[in-house]
Amino acid sequence: MARKGSGQKESGPNAKGANVSRRNFMAGVAVAGAATAVSPQDAAVAAPVADLNDAPARSPSALRPDARMAAAETGVPKELAKSQGPDGSDFMVDVIKTLNIDYVCSNPASSFRALHESLIDHGGNKKPEFITCTHEESSVAMGHGYFKATGKPLLMLCHGTVGLQHATMAIYNAWCDRVPVICIGGTDIDAAYRAPGVPTFHSALDINAIVRDFTKWDDQPVSLQHFAQSMVRAYKIAMTPPHEPVMIALDLGLQQEPMREHERESIYIPKYVPTAPPQGDTGAVREAARLLANAERPVIVADRAARTPNGVRLLVELAETLQAPVVDQRGRMNMPNTHYLNQTGRGPALIANADVVIGLELSDYWATVNGFVDNGLDGIGINEAKTKPGAKLIGINSTPLVTKSNYQDFQRFQVLDVDMVGDAEATLPALIDAVKAALPNDRKAALEKRGEALKKAYADGRERTRAAAAVAWDASPISTARLSMEIYGQIKDLDFSLVSSSGNVSGWPNRLWRMEHHHSWLGSSGGYGVGYGAPAAIGAALGNRDIGGRFSVNIQSDGDLMYAPGVLWTAARHKIPILSVMHNNRGYHQEVMHVQRLANRRNRVAALGMDRSPIGTSIENPDIDFANLAKSMGYWTAGPIKDPDQLGPTIKKAVEVVKAGEPALIDVWTQPR
Amino acid sequence: MNSRRVIFASAALAAGLVLGSAAGFAASAEKGKQLFLKNGCWQCHGERGQGGVAGRTLAPNPLPFEALQNFVRTTNRAMPPYREQILSNDDLADIYAYLQSIPKGPDPKSIPLLNQ
Repeated sequence: MARKGSGQKESGPNAKGANVSRRNFMAGVAVAGAATAVSPQDAAVAAPVADLNDAPARSPSALRPDARMAAAETGVPKELAKSQGPDGSDFMVDVIKTLNIDYVCSNPASSFRALHESLIDHGGNKKPEFITCTHEESSVAMGHGYFKATGKPLLMLCHGTVGLQHATMAIYNAWCDRVPVICIGGTDIDAAYRAPGVPTFHSALDINAIVRDFTKWDDQPVSLQHFAQSMVRAYKIAMTPPHEPVMIALDLGLQQEPMREHERESIYIPKYVPTAPPQGDTGAVREAARLLANAERPVIVADRAARTPNGVRLLVELAETLQAPVVDQRGRMNMPNTHYLNQTGRGPALIANADVVIGLELSDYWATVNGFVDNGLDGIGINEAKTKPGAKLIGINSTPLVTKSNYQDFQRFQVLDVDMVGDAEATLPALIDAVKAALPNDRKAALEKRGEALKKAYADGRERTRAAAAVAWDASPISTARLSMEIYGQIKDLDFSLVSSSGNVSGWPNRLWRMEHHHSWLGSSGGYGVGYGAPAAIGAALGNRDIGGRFSVNIQSDGDLMYAPGVLWTAARHKIPILSVMHNNRGYHQEVMHVQRLANRRNRVAALGMDRSPIGTSIENPDIDFANLAKSMGYWTAGPIKDPDQLGPTIKKAVEVVKAGEPALIDVWTQPR
Repeated sequence: MNSRRVIFASAALAAGLVLGSAAGFAASAEKGKQLFLKNGCWQCHGERGQGGVAGRTLAPNPLPFEALQNFVRTTNRAMPPYREQILSNDDLADIYAYLQSIPKGPDPKSIPLLNQ
């Protein structure tokens, strides 16, 4: 909080014609009070020294307030007068506009009412445009998906307390997924002059504290110049790999008051200049290249390696240079699945046989080269090494640059032989050059032979995958393989973008769809917080709409949609074209097995109650009518579909709706996974 | 289940292996389907045992019964073991009969959607 003592003229509350702001009014009260009251020091000197034995009662420690002071302390502050000079929040919008942010996702709230008004009236509701959200979690997750589709961050505005509490899970997902979202939370710091009641419930000393463990940086600016620096700094920090969310607490007083007189002459908006991403150390790059070039069975494992389309190109170049298989852990679309060096399906066998493993931006290196089986009577599971003794492990990862203590997203500790702290995509050019320099001339034939073997393994793997997809092809509820391929049959000739996680449908799209572009697949939530899917998909679809020509498709889990289904309304309201096909398996299937596992461990039959899965894990009785749910919010809808033969024709109709610019949802009853 | 019945079931199942069908020894595929659902097998393996990311394919062509039974009872892999206290030998035989009854799916080469 900062405004007191600004360059504005201070006036007493009784000054005739005074055109004062709320804060100046308060300053005036302080001055007037000083003129009539006696200071505590003076009071102490003036009071007679009491004989403790004689005194019947203690003197008061301070003088009683006179009538005017009492009125000032207990009365209702005057309404804000019309401000002089530029409004603070108008200047804030000017700052935000320099950052070329396309949208602000928000559920409206009083604590940022001034900024809200400035965004739509002073800023013309353009760059950023206000996207009305029905839940703060949706606001953040939309920004999460938008970034992964476009590479640009969105702004999220929320109440600093109740709104931010709603938003926290989505911020944690963005943190774990290394995605920047610029979060601003409104708060009214001045306890004496903020409105009592609800606005005071919605204020806090330090609103950022609740997200400090999973944001990269936060601040609470106390002047407009401070805001300008904080906003540009926040953007810069968020957009420097490793990308992460950032948080700014924004005082309502600062938003509402006019710019200070002295700031009108000197205030400036810092220019945003991108920071170069961190690269791995040159010596470590050379040592990694030496190991890879001389390896007999190298394996490349990529998780969030490809931040951009160029990352995909670089990974392909590294793999081809080495003729090494790539295991894509799918944090991003790293390696085209049409490339014979994409050997993801053989990952465990390849790693078990490897002599050198290089992990690029792995979220969990330990689990890549070790196994954990949640089994055994002791309840602590089984740990197993997956690699051969002597296998060399190389890592390039920027995450250690932002590791914090509380939340455990850094996973188990894994010792590496060559451990580079740096951004993998930024390091790949140097690594590729070093590998080319390190490859002995006599290795060429061996590399060609390795490549031929991998081509055969790739072809065999594709056949096995097709055969597996054919099992239960005609099942009802519909198999996840059939669901996936019926969708693909209708979109395969479009420049599609799968904007949702495919894990819940056994990864069939990643295994059988043609995925060659960075936007073909956007990865998953990062923190595995349920409720990410629907809003992130719609945020990504918003980005794909603006890029133009991309068709957004979302395989939507039922449990995920029920967290905050209001985001469907946001998609309809803002004309965001997206095809959502429900994977409606009527249960929380991740959790089913946890309950079953514990029941088995204790030799008890898990109680089903009236459902098909252990009590508390199903979403049935009654079955949710997702088609009517979405229809009520403005979607074109169909379903529930249980006959697999009806799926293709229905999806075909929905594709036309989406191509015309509207959202569509088809409810489909499916097998569990 | 009493011990006499266990002995009978074990003997019948052993014989079933020889004959290639546990269902031939009063094991019921229909009952087995209900048990497959009731005991949560379908949650990871799918209602037709087709498998997926959470569990391997069980049908068509299930493992030999003895191998399946041994795995179900003692697994230390991702699947939790089902001991006799919660899944009797008779019930397991019925489940196996259900898995055996699941017909082979279409040839993947005959499915246009899998050949695009």
